[in-house]
Amino acid sequence: MSVMDQDSGMFKVQQTIGSVLCCKCGVPMPPNAANMCVNCLRSEVDITEGLQKSIQIFYCPECGCYLQPPKTWIKAQWESKELLTFCIKRLKNLNKVKLKNAEFVWTEPHSKRIKVKITVQAEVLNGAVLEQSYPVEYTVRDNLCESCSRFQANPDQWVASVQLRQHVSHRRTFFYLEQLILKHDAASRAIRIQQVDQGIDFFFGNKSHANSFVEFLRKVVPIEYRQDQQLVSHDVKSSLYNYKYTYSVKICPVCREDLICLPSKVASGLGNLGPLVVCTKVSDSITLLDPRTLRCAFLDARQYWRSGFRSALTSRQLVKYFVFDVEPPVGEATVGGQKYALSYVQIARESDIGKMFYVQTYLGHILKPGDQALGYDIYGANVNDDEMEKYRLSVRNGLPEAILIKKCYDEQREKKKGKPRRFTTKKLPMEMDESRGSRVDPEKMENEYEEFLRDLEENPELRFNISLYKNKDYQDSETASMTDGEGAPSVPIEELLAELELSEEEDDDNEEDMDE
Amino acid sequence: MATRLQFENNCEVGVFSKLTNAYCLVAIGGSENFYSAFESELADVIPIVKTSLGGTRIIGRLCAGNKNGLLVPHTTTDQELQHLRNSLPDSVVVQRIEERLSALGNCIACNDHVALAHTDLDKETEEIIADVLGVEVFRQTIAGNILVGSYCALSNRGGIVHPHTSVEDLDELSTLLQVPLVAGTVNRGSEVIAAGMTVNDWTAFCGSDTTATELSVIDSIFKLREAQPSSIVDEMRKSLIDTYV
Repeated sequence: MSVMDQDSGMFKVQQTIGSVLCCKCGVPMPPNAANMCVNCLRSEVDITEGLQKSIQIFYCPECGCYLQPPKTWIKAQWESKELLTFCIKRLKNLNKVKLKNAEFVWTEPHSKRIKVKITVQAEVLNGAVLEQSYPVEYTVRDNLCESCSRFQANPDQWVASVQLRQHVSHRRTFFYLEQLILKHDAASRAIRIQQVDQGIDFFFGNKSHANSFVEFLRKVVPIEYRQDQQLVSHDVKSSLYNYKYTYSVKICPVCREDLICLPSKVASGLGNLGPLVVCTKVSDSITLLDPRTLRCAFLDARQYWRSGFRSALTSRQLVKYFVFDVEPPVGEATVGGQKYALSYVQIARESDIGKMFYVQTYLGHILKPGDQALGYDIYGANVNDDEMEKYRLSVRNGLPEAILIKKCYDEQREKKKGKPRRFTTKKLPMEMDESRGSRVDPEKMENEYEEFLRDLEENPELRFNISLYKNKDYQDSETASMTDGEGAPSVPIEELLAELELSEEEDDDNEEDMDE
Repeated sequence: MATRLQFENNCEVGVFSKLTNAYCLVAIGGSENFYSAFESELADVIPIVKTSLGGTRIIGRLCAGNKNGLLVPHTTTDQELQHLRNSLPDSVVVQRIEERLSALGNCIACNDHVALAHTDLDKETEEIIADVLGVEVFRQTIAGNILVGSYCALSNRGGIVHPHTSVEDLDELSTLLQVPLVAGTVNRGSEVIAAGMTVNDWTAFCGSDTTATELSVIDSIFKLREAQPSSIVDEMRKSLIDTYV
């Protein structure tokens, strides 16, 4: 019975706890601070007295949120951890006792009752700690939350809108932007997207969503924007003002392949860049290439809008040329990943083959005699541009008669006519603007889109930021690849993404697609 | 037979009274009910003396005694001492002791043969106890408490100790005191046994909060059933009735 105590070397007698009778019911029990058995103690003292046993909570059936007064709505699933935390938080006075455990008791979901069994611990009667379980019943009442009720009242309600405009006659930029937006999911929070005459309108439910969208645009195209607001309502008592915010965003009207005659100030500012320049790339800054010196300059949005020059000739005015002779290149340069070679060529317009021109071009590395090229016919064009006129008068030798921009693949395209492309693109869910007596000709739109797709095929750097998807209808025909080495440019299959389709019948097909 | 009573609405009967085999001391209360309860039980058997000790009414906790003698603290006045000497039988020696621990009732638990003492009691006090009360003195603790007089109610036939006393301690005390002991409570779970009740060889008085279970324990350990040969029916009825509505 006696045990040697290791620590202090003292002789310690083993103590066995005896049993006493519970003073109320007489059942033998080990002694405790109250000297009553647990049942008697429970019948004497109720530690759950004063604690809330039933309470009402509000639930929004539209968005599945529960109201935490005064204003917060917390999203929670049925019988989830968040719901349990929320339910316990709603109980008052729970700080008087110690919470040991809480769990849900099953109730029928449509009974509008939630039952939680809570176990608490408290000290009673000179030191005895008692643990007791009790159920709390929550009555769920349906109540639409503010945002849902606002949405129900007027589904087209928007708080912020972004009006994106580009004052040019074509929609190439918007096609490209559409693909970029899809790739980066920038417009995922837009309530509505509407296509208008020279632009697109985006509507958002939140000013910060619109703001982040404008920031995204600023990174991909050179823009200038201003923000305005309109007072919708005003709560006098709490001094709350509700506004509608509008961002007017202007994209710079200079596009790829445009011919620009720079104003003298801008030209000298860029190091005397020949006033005639070609715009080769537009991202968040504009790349200008001088076709005679092969020198490039970059203008970012702020620099551009300081002068705000417009293009002299746009891609609409491109004319087809036949190339008869190409001399070996006199100079080569690589600018921004693109190779250019300066050489002299003999060309004639398709419409007037008799008149030959001997001009300088930067396409020396890809043109061969017998090719077709697209370029600006400065000799025959009537250019409505002040700067051009000034330049024409000031220069001694006269303007170059033609500036070639790109090679033309129309011949090769003839062979593939009618056959579907290897890739497809996705589209944004846009609404067409019916109200303003549609100046939009559907056929013209299709032609423009076709040109945009051709552009994509020809320029790998354009494809860089976009996702292209495999076209299921396309069959890889052997003939196309077996013609002369130079076929029409097309998108290599490695760059294409497989479409993700979530349907059960086509499971097997999807497996195959995914592997590639 | 155990009786339930109150002193001025307070259930701590052992504080306001001292019961031995030869005499009974009660405190002076506002009403005579307390005194009458003792009288009805003990009237012709032993003298019941109303007194105060040192001007206080907590006489049960201040003095310690058995049939041989009575020890009172140094705070007792001369008049009280004289009153006690006059009222008690001549066989009882009344002695006032000079002791630092003046609540003798809390420090000493005794019956007619053996006594348990507070561990810090003076050597002389121990000798006086042995001499005046005619008992064998053991310095002990009960359930780790040094106030043995509070946590133990002792008679010649049995005793109740603090409910948290371990089995080994119980065995040890039982061997020392040579009487059966039980760990129990009084006054609805109160651990201070001696303050809640007072007992001698044939009768016991407890606070009115004492439950039937506790009463039955008291009856069985002090063997009070066999002591009074009154009718069985009366006894059974008393212990079965819990509260008076």
